[in-house]
Amino acid sequence: MKNIWFVAKKEIKTYFTSPIAYVVIAVFLVLISFFYYSIVSWFNSQAIQMAQNPYYYQQLNINQMVYSPLFGNMSIVLLLMLPILTMRLFSEEKKSGTEELLYTSPISVSQIILGKYLAALIVLLAMLGLTGILSLFTFAYGNPELKPILAGYLGLFLMGAAFIAIGIFFSSLTENQIVSAILTFGALLLFWILNWTSNSAGGIGKDILNYLSIFQHFDDLSRGTVDTTDIVYYISFAFFGLFLTHSVIQSRRWR
Amino acid sequence: MIEVADLTKKYGELLAVSGLSFKVEKGKIWGLLGPNAAGKTTTMRILTGFLPATDGKATVAGYDVFEQPNEAKRIIGYLPEVVPLYPEMTVSAYLNFVAEIKQVPASKRKEGMEKAIKASGLEPVRGRLIKNISRGFKQRVGIAQALIHDPQVLILDEPTIGLDPAQIIEIRQLIKSLKGEHTIILSTHILQEVTQTCDGVVIINEGKLMASGLLEELTASFREKDGIVLKLRKGGEEAATHFKKVAGIEKINQENNEFTIEWSHGKDLRDEITKLVVEKGWGLVEMRSIAMNIEDLYLKIVSGGVAQ
Repeated sequence: MKNIWFVAKKEIKTYFTSPIAYVVIAVFLVLISFFYYSIVSWFNSQAIQMAQNPYYYQQLNINQMVYSPLFGNMSIVLLLMLPILTMRLFSEEKKSGTEELLYTSPISVSQIILGKYLAALIVLLAMLGLTGILSLFTFAYGNPELKPILAGYLGLFLMGAAFIAIGIFFSSLTENQIVSAILTFGALLLFWILNWTSNSAGGIGKDILNYLSIFQHFDDLSRGTVDTTDIVYYISFAFFGLFLTHSVIQSRRWR
Repeated sequence: MIEVADLTKKYGELLAVSGLSFKVEKGKIWGLLGPNAAGKTTTMRILTGFLPATDGKATVAGYDVFEQPNEAKRIIGYLPEVVPLYPEMTVSAYLNFVAEIKQVPASKRKEGMEKAIKASGLEPVRGRLIKNISRGFKQRVGIAQALIHDPQVLILDEPTIGLDPAQIIEIRQLIKSLKGEHTIILSTHILQEVTQTCDGVVIINEGKLMASGLLEELTASFREKDGIVLKLRKGGEEAATHFKKVAGIEKINQENNEFTIEWSHGKDLRDEITKLVVEKGWGLVEMRSIAMNIEDLYLKIVSGGVAQ
């Protein structure tokens, strides 16, 4: 446990002594704030229109009309940004030769992987946590429900955790950071749009494609519905990525 | 302290190390000498647990590096060929991280760090980012990270590569000063490094062991000729003609009153020569035996392919 933390601490330090973490977090916040602003403006204009009709006015729902689309936007931005966060984790160690230090130290490969994973998760938490400031405005001037918002954040965190695991896997494959980022991005996007073909697949193929699609699982969570299937999906996705990383590193050294 | 038996490593079809065996006693410095691509780095990587061997056994202080890797790694300090540095970290933050992952207990971490910084002369740069320090200091940081957990065994892969002559001397001094407390293996393709710092040497070429042993023993066993350098006060030509008559002398070089005299290995003609000098009253100024140097030995072994 301690060893995992030692590695994580080093990675966090590296994230914050280099500009990577600041740039990723800042760009993320700028984009999300802009999305928030434009969605809330749209919501306001809707509210003014609907105020004339008491029936429609009842239908106005901040959670549905502001948070669901906002979470959708956040998930896309995460898809774009997280590969940048993970691309260097193993590639750089390999390229600069520092992997020799890690693997000749009395800590296990799993501890190294989990340490790096933990560090990226903490940066993800920071990214998501800081967007919470936006909710202060919604709560100050409106009356959204808290639970669906928390469910959405849980979804974003789990999805990000799965993204990071896949990113770490691709980072362990190559010593080139750009290659690692592009592969991660491609793989994630592919999983994202996997269900687009599900209608033509039909039958069991449809179910499988729908189940594998990242988007399908996020849909429920962003609407505020916490379903264990979705949680299990993201956790197994993350576990799978880390497991593959472990296999890659072990096999490299045994070859 | 370090024992390697029948070590073999294949990268696919390429045989990098083949049936290598040697032993290093406690508290000594041994050099792993060989031309580039001889298998030095591979051998060291196997000893440190970075690479598994295809076949054979390696033990460090009684721990098998394959069976008990964690125990072995705890007592090995390793400086890889490419110094493993994180350029974005400060020297002290980096050393602290290494101490952590080398399992130095929290209570001893500070002490270990101070000791390593002092031993490797890093005091002036401890607060600076690694990317901003000079090549020589980077190499020292590499040595400091190898020392930080006070390992019994130090494995240094080409510790002086890329340094300027003054730095090379400093690093050699540093390595010598670590002897005794630590058992050290260092690899190099620089011959003087071995003669100046090592007690023993393992010479490998194309993955095979060519020779190993203590330096004096090795040079003695590979010697074909013995000889002396002799300086006289007077005598000159006369002495030369007399020396030529001494049975067994094979070669004489004369330059005024200075002679280089050689005979085939096994004999000892020093008594005859001194007797002659004293009898004739030429005045003995200096007499020393010519040791075969490691360079001759190395070239002979590596180019001639003499296996022992």
